[in-house]
Amino acid sequence: MHIIVCVKQVPDTANVRINPETNTLIREGVESIMNPFDEYALEEALKLKDEHGARVTVITMGPPQAGVILREAMARGADDAVLLTDRAIAGADTLATSYILSLAIRKLNTKPDLVLFGKQAIDGDTAQVGPGVSEFLKYPLVTYVKSLTVKDGVFTAETMMDEGVDVLEGKLPVVMTVVKEASTPRFASLGGWINAKETEIPAWGAKEIEADIAQCGLDGSPTKVVKIFAPPVKTGGKKMDGLQTPGDAVNEIVRLLKEKGGR
Amino acid sequence: MSDAPIIIDPEKCKGCKLCVKACPFEALYMEDKLAVLKPEECRACSACLDSCPFDAITEPEKKGGPLDLSDYKGIWVFAEQNHGRVQEVAYELLATGRRLADDRQGELAAVILGHNVTDAAASLIAAGADKVYVVDQPVLAEYEANVYADALNQVMAKYKPEVVLAGATAVGRAFFAKAAVRARTGLTADCTALSIDGESGLLHQTRPAFGGNIMATIITPNHRPQMATVRPKVFKTAPPDPNRKGETLIEALKLVAPDTKIVRTERDLNAVNIADAEIIVAGGRGLKKGDNLEMLRKLAGLLGGVLGASRACVDAGWCSAAHQVGQTGKTVCPRIYLAFGISGAIQHLEGMRSSDTIIAVNRDANAPIFGVADLGIVGDLFEIAPRLITALETGK
Repeated sequence: MHIIVCVKQVPDTANVRINPETNTLIREGVESIMNPFDEYALEEALKLKDEHGARVTVITMGPPQAGVILREAMARGADDAVLLTDRAIAGADTLATSYILSLAIRKLNTKPDLVLFGKQAIDGDTAQVGPGVSEFLKYPLVTYVKSLTVKDGVFTAETMMDEGVDVLEGKLPVVMTVVKEASTPRFASLGGWINAKETEIPAWGAKEIEADIAQCGLDGSPTKVVKIFAPPVKTGGKKMDGLQTPGDAVNEIVRLLKEKGGR
Repeated sequence: MSDAPIIIDPEKCKGCKLCVKACPFEALYMEDKLAVLKPEECRACSACLDSCPFDAITEPEKKGGPLDLSDYKGIWVFAEQNHGRVQEVAYELLATGRRLADDRQGELAAVILGHNVTDAAASLIAAGADKVYVVDQPVLAEYEANVYADALNQVMAKYKPEVVLAGATAVGRAFFAKAAVRARTGLTADCTALSIDGESGLLHQTRPAFGGNIMATIITPNHRPQMATVRPKVFKTAPPDPNRKGETLIEALKLVAPDTKIVRTERDLNAVNIADAEIIVAGGRGLKKGDNLEMLRKLAGLLGGVLGASRACVDAGWCSAAHQVGQTGKTVCPRIYLAFGISGAIQHLEGMRSSDTIIAVNRDANAPIFGVADLGIVGDLFEIAPRLITALETGK
């Protein structure tokens, strides 16, 4: 079994701010991490590897320093990795990103059984790249997976829908997106770190995966960002001191609840 | 769809079997030392094209030259339904779609996919649709991404809408992204504001990014349709007009078979959909431990509301993700939102700031939650909440 996990390096979004003067992102001092949702996807792959034996390959697309998260994934148990990095593919939206990832998966020439993604990345929050890759590869798509088993080329997956859980069955190969309810990601092991250190990670650009430049990067992206800005700041309404006068504060809450029909 | 997804030239095929090995779906086999296609298994993924060293495999020629944007007209809303029940977000999108269609002086249409769903068209017309495209077939009885994408893409290709909107639900976020890639067009997720340029028809799509710390406005200048998803409860519904006239068009399509089948469905009947709640009493990290949520649960009960929670509560395992308010949880828009011990991380505020009335209790006078609160109490929730419970219990 060959499992591919697509991971993304993201800024720790809790600390991203905008410069109100220039309307550009302030990147200084913001730590880069593996997208937290991708850790759950990786863990599902590693669980399947533990159970059935499998080769787990991690792929990321980003600047050269994104290779850090590939090493981290290998330290946890992934077997090998590919870094997709090239100016020609930078600035891609979800369509162009899906195109590049699917070409890289094709280029590996392994006919992967599973291609896993986190449910979304915390920087863009689009949840579109997993479905996009499924479309380019023409693989079936299963989203919001919280548990997964594979037997005799058939998968069974529990998926989180808006009103409950659906249990789905289908044939491999498949593209899946995984939610955090699936598991707790494992820590890196010593053997993993050794493998991560000793294994060479190929860096591929547009040429290596034979990409059509017109479909890459900014040029290949149908969506364009025309403006970024800080969300409007609200000043808030009435403020009361509930530490000194909790009774008055409670009375005011009750009054407002009555006024607004909260009985 | 053409008859054969790929064409194998028997003159050029040397019988090397590389294409058979490359096919992920076992759609190719060898016969008399030549590659042969099983069209029913082929998904036109083109893996074999790349694998053939002799250029013996080609795709049928695709028609169409450069895109003429003026061919694309009308605003569409994907009206999601579940076993015949139209999701509330569809009506919210129709209200917004109506505004966009009027600004563009164009038509508003709804698309509904499902089985035994034709009757729902009337409510979509009452909500503002001029036309309703209905694909009503047994294969659509249950949601499956590939079948849904197939149906939507076929209808889009036939009528060429300028804009297509869907709710950012579990269903909408998944198959809509597949459909947008199939149409090779742009898709903008989780929009919180939409406006259209009446002249050019360009849709301005505004959405939060980086956990809500930044807003971005995005356009799709050279591709059509312009596709976008919107989270439930971001836009408001309009009152239905049962006297509105509209046209219902039944689309008979030849659809693919589903890739997956549902073997079991577990609907949690006790699960509350916080997105539909009128009153939410929500707790955060300030509760200190999960047991203290009971106090808020009781308060919610007294007010006829439901329990909400910040991401910190859910991550700590104090309650299930179904209660989570915020960007990774649900967007809510209740009449009254009471926040206890929630400091108001931007990703939480994004999920509840459009509530009609917000009351916040927090020890920290500088907590960001006070910035959106109509009434902010700087105080100890362990003092305020029990007093409030007593006041409500004895107050009538």
